[in-house]
Amino acid sequence: MSGAFLEVRNLYKNYGGIAATDHVDLDVRESELHAIIGPNGAGKTTLISQLSGEVPPDGGRIRFAGRDITSTPAYRRSLLGLARSFQITSLMLDMTVLENVSLAVQAHAGHSFRFWKAARSESELVEPAMEALRSVGLGERAHDVARAMSHGEHRQLEIAMALATRPTLLLLDEPMAGMGVEESQRMVEILRNLKGEKTMLLIEHDMDAVFTLADRISVLVYGRVIATGTPEEIRNDEAVRQAYLGDEVA
Amino acid sequence: MTSLFRTGLPAYAMVVGLLFLAGLPVLAVWADNIFLIDLYLRLMILAIAAVSLNLILGYGGMVSFGHAAYLVVGAYAVGIPAYYGIYNGFLQFAIAILASAAIALVTGAIALRTKGVYFIMITMAFAQMVFFTFVSIEEYGGDDGLVIDTRSEFGGLLDINDNFTLYYFVLASLILTLGLVHRIVHSRFGMVISGSKGNDRRMQAIGFPTYRYRLASYVISGAICGYAGALLGNFTNFITPEMGDWVRSGELIFMVVLGGAGSLFGPVLGTAMFVLLEEYLSRITQYWHFPFGAMLILVVIFTRGGINGMFRWLGGRIGLGARS
Ligand SMILES: Nc1ncnc2c1ncn2[C@@H]1O[C@H](COP(=O)(O)OP(=O)(O)OP(=O)(O)O)[C@@H](O)[C@H]1O
Ligand SMILES: [Mg+2]
Repeated sequence: MSGAFLEVRNLYKNYGGIAATDHVDLDVRESELHAIIGPNGAGKTTLISQLSGEVPPDGGRIRFAGRDITSTPAYRRSLLGLARSFQITSLMLDMTVLENVSLAVQAHAGHSFRFWKAARSESELVEPAMEALRSVGLGERAHDVARAMSHGEHRQLEIAMALATRPTLLLLDEPMAGMGVEESQRMVEILRNLKGEKTMLLIEHDMDAVFTLADRISVLVYGRVIATGTPEEIRNDEAVRQAYLGDEVA
Repeated sequence: MTSLFRTGLPAYAMVVGLLFLAGLPVLAVWADNIFLIDLYLRLMILAIAAVSLNLILGYGGMVSFGHAAYLVVGAYAVGIPAYYGIYNGFLQFAIAILASAAIALVTGAIALRTKGVYFIMITMAFAQMVFFTFVSIEEYGGDDGLVIDTRSEFGGLLDINDNFTLYYFVLASLILTLGLVHRIVHSRFGMVISGSKGNDRRMQAIGFPTYRYRLASYVISGAICGYAGALLGNFTNFITPEMGDWVRSGELIFMVVLGGAGSLFGPVLGTAMFVLLEEYLSRITQYWHFPFGAMLILVVIFTRGGINGMFRWLGGRIGLGARS
């Protein structure tokens, strides 16, 4: 058994005759930041959704921390230490920012068949949640309703919720999507602070961010991994330049 | 307790309302209008049913179109033992609660695999199955129903054959139910239910097996409604499967939405408006259905969050606003 933290072997997913994930092999090593880049529709989100357990693959295996999780349901993968953020913001919009994150803490604090004590006053839940919020710079917004926040703040809340589950592997689906320059910079800062501490699989279209943050990069085109390597290797890879990067990083 | 008053005016209105309910029998005797007691008994029993429905509909986003089935099950849990001369109230109420919980467990396990309109249809179909089951049992009167000649007996602790005693027993039940639901919705369990209403997919992604929590809330809701059914059976003395007709289930939904789904007191306010309007309008004119429907629709359209929402808004204006 080789020791990659996350091992994907021969993963396959078919959507109406189109291979959204086409026999993907991928290794994410412990505590590396591994980026996945690829054009729109390359199958990046589909890949993440299979890793997080929301979409069942049609074939192949996924191993996480030495355990086969191919058919493990999403909630249990979360309990095993795998967390994802969503490309399209996915929050409990009618709850407060703090409640959103408290729930993420609660999910990992034993079962929730507790019917009596008021959850909002349990410091066991609120304190770790506040800590996660502060770590993404949302400490001040804790008591606002999630719906009332800006798009950029929603993206930060996405990360805070993922962090509050104390994951060992973070799957981040375009955390900077739709963000302004300043917000993007803050997100890069947040990710830089997490680097080394958490293993991360980062999908991102912002090439500057990817090439400064990533330890290794995999390039996905038409559902297939066409190259994996250090930023330097990817920059110089002929196939990648032709298929995807073009003159952008020349 | 303080958190109860966080909603501002609706909570104060409810306290006034409960005080009014507590004093009503005195008022009825004074006004020589014993009929009032019957009216408010029915109101309170239906309010308990509406509060139970609100737990899953308002807080959990599960629109059960079959909740009246539990009223029938609860009523027959009193009626069938009474038919055989068994009047033990502890036993009857235990059967009402357990049978309702069991039915909710089985039907919920299937219904909760679906969403939206399918969920509504399936809960309705199960309720109709309960309805036709009772219709088809000739022994217990079929669709003619069953007369309960003696109300539940609680071993000398409580004599609910006396309408006053029954009245306060039901009032206490309503208050206890409100207290119970208040605790549940603010507990960890309640947070999971609300979160799952808001975004079930995300709840699973952060580590919740939401299905089992939703099912548990469905069972709790059914059990409380079964309890209300046992009260209803005692109150009416005459029970028919028609009490569980899908129209009744629809009325329960309407009471919840009218009062304000997902608020603690909303269902009580909604039931009160529904029952009282129905009663007094039908006295004024035999063509009461039209103004009745029109008034209810106006409330739903022009208030965000039903009567409860209206009170909240008013409360904000007069300085009894919601605090967070
Ligand atoms: N639920 C679905 N049903 C059918 N086809 C789907 C589904 N989800 C994705 N696809 C298809 O699979 C392919 C990959 O989609 P995916 O969303 O994974 O791409 P992506 O790399 O994340 O793109 P983007 O950069 O735009 O986010 C696309 O052709 C898409 O149309
Ligand atoms: Mg995508």
